[in-house]
Formats: sequence, structure tokens, C-alpha cells
Amino acid sequence: MPEAFESVYQVLGKDFSNAGRVSTSIKDTLKRMGISPAVVRRVAIVSYEAEMNLVMYATRGKMSLSVSRDAVTLHVDDEGPGIPDVSLAMQEGYSTATAEMREMGFGAGMGLPNIRKNADEFDISSGVGRGTKLIIRVTQIV
Amino acid sequence: MASAMSLKSITLAEVRNILGAEVLNGDDLSIKVAAVGAADLLSDVLATSKSGTLLLTGLVSTQVIRTAIVADLCGVVFVRGKKPGDEILALAKESRIPVLATPLKMFEAAGRLYMAINESR
Repeated sequence: MPEAFESVYQVLGKDFSNAGRVSTSIKDTLKRMGISPAVVRRVAIVSYEAEMNLVMYATRGKMSLSVSRDAVTLHVDDEGPGIPDVSLAMQEGYSTATAEMREMGFGAGMGLPNIRKNADEFDISSGVGRGTKLIIRVTQIV
Repeated sequence: MASAMSLKSITLAEVRNILGAEVLNGDDLSIKVAAVGAADLLSDVLATSKSGTLLLTGLVSTQVIRTAIVADLCGVVFVRGKKPGDEILALAKESRIPVLATPLKMFEAAGRLYMAINESR
């Protein structure tokens, strides 16, 4: 059973060469805590999609990881442009990505739908000019 | 992402031979490949791959290696003669992700592996 744990990571927008570093670090942390590989993989995947969104669209943001006895939770909070229409952004294939983002293998409008698919609980709130907040939870972690 | 195939037994060394590939990173080629997928869209790899999958891709970026780390892939094959730069290889080395490069196009590389896998059954 993992001990309760919390950690906060800073992510910088447009820093493409470091994009994904936080998520691989989160993955290592969870692995060391003895959480099952399947859960570690799911969390790493949602974390990476969220981190890529943050790097692609926001100026900066933070990702907070917390682990309790029954769940791994990620809070993602960015200083970005915000999403004008969240329900549209949740549709597979809807994207506002630039050519540069697409060349990296992202930006095809799959990020948020992938996060929702891999999470047990998912909440998004966003508004133009006030950034985007995600709460992502994976439960049944043992 | 092309459909992931379940393999009976094929190693990275066999993959190297079948694809006439150059090994750019990886000391242990006895690693078993659990499945093969071909994709240039990393979100699709994240959404559909199983752990232990070998990724064929024509996309060259550090994000390919980070995707391999995050999704527990067993290795990456760059197709169409593409060669990753030093930064990408350094990350692969540091995170122990095997990297191969083949001159074959994606379609032929995937086809040859598909044939090899069916023959090994």
C-alpha cells in the first residue's frame, strides 16, 4: 500500500525539448512506490498528454501529483489562453494545433479525449483568458 | 495506428535482420517483442498501444522516445532511412529504449514483420 504522497512540478510553455520530462519523472516516482505497472502506465499516459497540451498551448503551468491509499490524482493548472468551447475540444479530432505541433506527433485533437478515456474520473474547467484546469484521477491503484 | 499484432516469439535481433536495420541504441537484442504497431501520430500510440509494443515510425523527435518511455514500448524503429539526432539518441540511451533505423518504407517494414510473425506461429 503506497504512503500518502504529494509533489508539484512546474512546466514551461513552448519548451518542446523538455516536454514529457515531468511525466517520465512522475512515472519513475510511482514505480518506486510499488504501484502496479498497469496503473503507472495509465497515469503516465494521461500525464504526458496533459503535459504536451500545457507545453503546446500555455505560457506556463503546474502539475500536482497526489497519491493516496485508493487513488492517484493529477491536478493540472495552466496559465494559458483557455478553451472557448470545452465540449468541442473534448471531441476526437477537433484541434487548433499549429503545423509545428503536428510535426511532433501531437495536435491531432486526441489529447483531451485520450485523457478522459484513460482516467476513472476527469474534470475540466476552462475559460478564455483564465487558463485551463484539469483534475484527473485513477482509482483502484493496488 | 495500424492494428497491433500479437506475436508468438520474435526478438529485436530478428527484427534487425528482417528489416536490414541498423541498431542505433540497445545492447540487449534478445528482448522479446510483444506486439508491433506503425504510427506517426503519438497520441494514437498512447491511446492504442499495449505495453511491450515495438513502434515503427517515420516521425523523428524526442517525443517519440518519451512516448516509448511513457507507454512502456519495447523499442522504436525509424523507417524511410530517417536518422535521429544526438539529442534523441542521448535520451534513448539514458532511458534504455532500443532504437533501430531501416531504409525500408513504413508499409514494407510493417509487411515484412507481419509475414515473419505469421511464419513463426
